[in-house]
Amino acid sequence: MIEVKNLKKSFKDGDSMRQVLFGIDAKFYDGKTNLIIGQSGSGKTVLIKNIVGLFKPDEGQILYDGRDITVMDGKQLKELRKEIGMLFQGSALFDSETVMGNVMFPLKMFSTMTVEEQLERAQFCIDRVNLTGSENKFPSELSGGMQKRAAIARAIALNPKYLFCDEPNSGLDPKTSIVIDELLYDITHEYGITTIINTHDMNSVMGIGENIIFVNKGHLGWNGTKDEIYGQENDDLNNFVYATDLFRDVRKYRLVHGYQRTIPGK
Amino acid sequence: MILTKGLNGFGEYLKFLWTTIGVPEKWREFFKRYTNEIYKLGIDSIPLILIVSVFIGALCTILIKLNLNNPMLPRYTVGMATREIILLEFSSSILCLILSGKIGSNIASEIGTMRVTEQIDALDIMGINSANFLVLPKIAGLITILPVLVVICMFTSLFGGYLVCALTGVVDIDTYIYGIQTQFIEYYVWFALVKSLFFAFLMSTISAYFGYTVKGGSVEVGKASTNAVVMSNIMILVFDVLLTKLMLQ
Repeated sequence: MIEVKNLKKSFKDGDSMRQVLFGIDAKFYDGKTNLIIGQSGSGKTVLIKNIVGLFKPDEGQILYDGRDITVMDGKQLKELRKEIGMLFQGSALFDSETVMGNVMFPLKMFSTMTVEEQLERAQFCIDRVNLTGSENKFPSELSGGMQKRAAIARAIALNPKYLFCDEPNSGLDPKTSIVIDELLYDITHEYGITTIINTHDMNSVMGIGENIIFVNKGHLGWNGTKDEIYGQENDDLNNFVYATDLFRDVRKYRLVHGYQRTIPGK
Repeated sequence: MILTKGLNGFGEYLKFLWTTIGVPEKWREFFKRYTNEIYKLGIDSIPLILIVSVFIGALCTILIKLNLNNPMLPRYTVGMATREIILLEFSSSILCLILSGKIGSNIASEIGTMRVTEQIDALDIMGINSANFLVLPKIAGLITILPVLVVICMFTSLFGGYLVCALTGVVDIDTYIYGIQTQFIEYYVWFALVKSLFFAFLMSTISAYFGYTVKGGSVEVGKASTNAVVMSNIMILVFDVLLTKLMLQ
């Protein structure tokens, strides 16, 4: 489990400081898809970058199963990072490497496997994300959805305990988004990973939101599950979640008829 | 204000160097990247060096002949002066100024693009020292290959002078060859090679620094490339003066 306690972060803005996070408290559970949602500019990405250690918080604690990342030295941080996989918004695949090269990369750098074992593990990850046949393609030859899947394969190559995804569905069509959601959900449950997904895709929220953290103007706006989200009276949350007519209608329907939903595509 | 900004930038550059220069995570991966950089930054530049050197050598010979028309000066002075210019300045400093346009922008734009497409963040998240992983092979590669390029440049420039003598008869070939051999000071070759080591370090680290610290998108990557080339050129000139003063006087 990852626990965030009283997390504050500000950035230099000209001569003054602009505070982005105002003391966030949140818990992200093992074997669950934890979603961070919120409007653009609400501080979601800053929160996730603080959690993975790309930013250093001004104040607060970030505990990875009790280990506080904010007080770790370089060596400890390096060890922890071997337990982390991350899927970036733009996939962040290495342009000069093929899909196989990208997935092999963390194995080459950190595992003690032989080359044959590395190849076997990489092939398993590629097959797991349904990219069989694309091993020798370069990222520029892949579609957006395939790039995301290749990035997921790379992220899970070392069997991470924690998987972070920054806007995994951005730039994807709804059908491909569902495929990615389904894949993330399955991987999370198969391997018991603590998955944290930063998104503003409402389909993902309604589909795989097992633990939802709503960030509103740098504060924790709401925390709950996708099942609980329908009956909320939180105006900020409702204005965000039900911004479209479609979702407003869905909410009305479900408040009357009750909620029953499976994972998208299942 | 400008001074503060300059000092700030210099401090950041030193911090960047501190994180870059260290023992590589995996030697095997380092050597793979190192040989790749030697090829990409060095071997790929040879056609440009050959073209530029031949023409500059030819030009030097013609211009020196035009300006040394005093009958008191022996005709082999043309070859001698051409050699001295090539050894002392052109093969190292001017060549590096030319190469910084190609190599500097290549390094800055490659690393800058990796920064804006979050590839560097991906390396950091994996627990890899991204500066060390990406930049150290470039520094080592360029330091290895640049002296070789300088030597190639010396020979092709002198060949350019030979060619112009052979084709136009500006000086007869035997006199030119006698000129480039006479009063030869071996130390000047070492001087050029030592300078090239400094320039290789400056070119690779300054360009990598500008690329690594890019913030924003493709426009900023373009700006970083330009700034990398400009700053590399300025520092090459500054160090050219310093090293000449230190090593030749």
